[in-house]
Amino acid sequence: MDLAGERGGQRLFGNLSFALGEGSLLRVRGANGSGKTTLLRTLAGLTRPAAGAMRWNGRDIGDAYRRQMLFIGHAPAVKDELTVMENLEFASRLAGLDSADSKIKGALEQLGIARLAALPARYLSQGQRRRTALARLALSAAVPLWLLDEPFAALDDEAIARVSALCAAQLAAGGMLVLTSHQDIPIAAPDARSIELRG
Amino acid sequence: MRAFAFIVRRELRLALRRQGDLLNVIVFFVVIASLFPLGVGPEPNQLRAMAGGVAWIAALLAALLSLPRLFASDYGDGTLEQMLVSPQPLALVVLAKIAAHWLCTGLPLALAAPVIGLQYALPADALWVLLISLLIGTPVLSLLGAAGAALTLGVRGGGALLGLLLLPLCVPVLVFGAGAVTATLIGINPSAHLSLLGAFLAVSSLVGPWAACAALRVALD
Repeated sequence: MDLAGERGGQRLFGNLSFALGEGSLLRVRGANGSGKTTLLRTLAGLTRPAAGAMRWNGRDIGDAYRRQMLFIGHAPAVKDELTVMENLEFASRLAGLDSADSKIKGALEQLGIARLAALPARYLSQGQRRRTALARLALSAAVPLWLLDEPFAALDDEAIARVSALCAAQLAAGGMLVLTSHQDIPIAAPDARSIELRG
Repeated sequence: MRAFAFIVRRELRLALRRQGDLLNVIVFFVVIASLFPLGVGPEPNQLRAMAGGVAWIAALLAALLSLPRLFASDYGDGTLEQMLVSPQPLALVVLAKIAAHWLCTGLPLALAAPVIGLQYALPADALWVLLISLLIGTPVLSLLGAAGAALTLGVRGGGALLGLLLLPLCVPVLVFGAGAVTATLIGINPSAHLSLLGAFLAVSSLVGPWAACAALRVALD
């Protein structure tokens, strides 16, 4: 599969070819504007590739793929009018995850924002918003493929440790993780690789 | 079906916490409809004859006022992206948003119609027909409006473009909705008008969500 992507008629990357197996961590590196986000959105099925194709278990991506994939992009998908808990509950229901109250509370606990549960999201800082979005990771242990676009942006050291621990646990359990990041956060993985995009 | 229900619930909850937007639409509807008697004078026969048309034009404009927000906030904060990558069928998500939009705008507009009827000295039977025509017709505005809102998503000046796109499509609804009230006033059975409105509702419930889904996929590509 020679995957290629373009934005506004400009070719960002081409001849990209990779396969992920159980426990694979793929780091996507590159300068600003080199196509990292485009690659992740392509993998999520949002952006159509300019050339090439993606396969999930040997099949074209479709509904079955979306059930087994989690994508968290730049935008946190957090609504100002809803509380932290309501935001996470909606996100997890939308993703078809178990959204029992105890599970949601546990997930907020794991991201260190349990005390904010009843607070409307408009009062959150950028980092707390990000934590709210990433709390879905704690509910997604059964989702095999995680696509995370700049998950560590706006997070403090403590939150970075919590998120990378979740990622490491996912990989150890046989999950797959594709992530873009400017920071080199160490994540233990059975199979770690990286690709460099040059714009 | 569970997905439909929880998306509708969330949309309603959001609408209740942004009551300003909700009130805006209804107040706008009542104010526009109230301007006409002030402008054309208090002659009851003249007012009665134009009541249906005025109520429908005001409803159309009020719906137009609310439509740009249908997808814009979800688009802006990334929720729409999550809706597209979620395992829920996009058509179901869009239908739920349309249903919630109608519950928050179309339904209150229809229920506010009696207020307008009073100002125009409408007899009770014509008032009922106005109410029924709004109940059948306003879902068409939400359905076609969703397609328009999706097409103009992220476009600068999208609100004006939405009007240009949507108003011509809504002409049949306006004609038959207002026509039903006028027919009642001159003693003709309005069921033909109402049946045609129902036919438009059936067609737009197929076309609207389908077009909206296609447009959303393009907008987020």
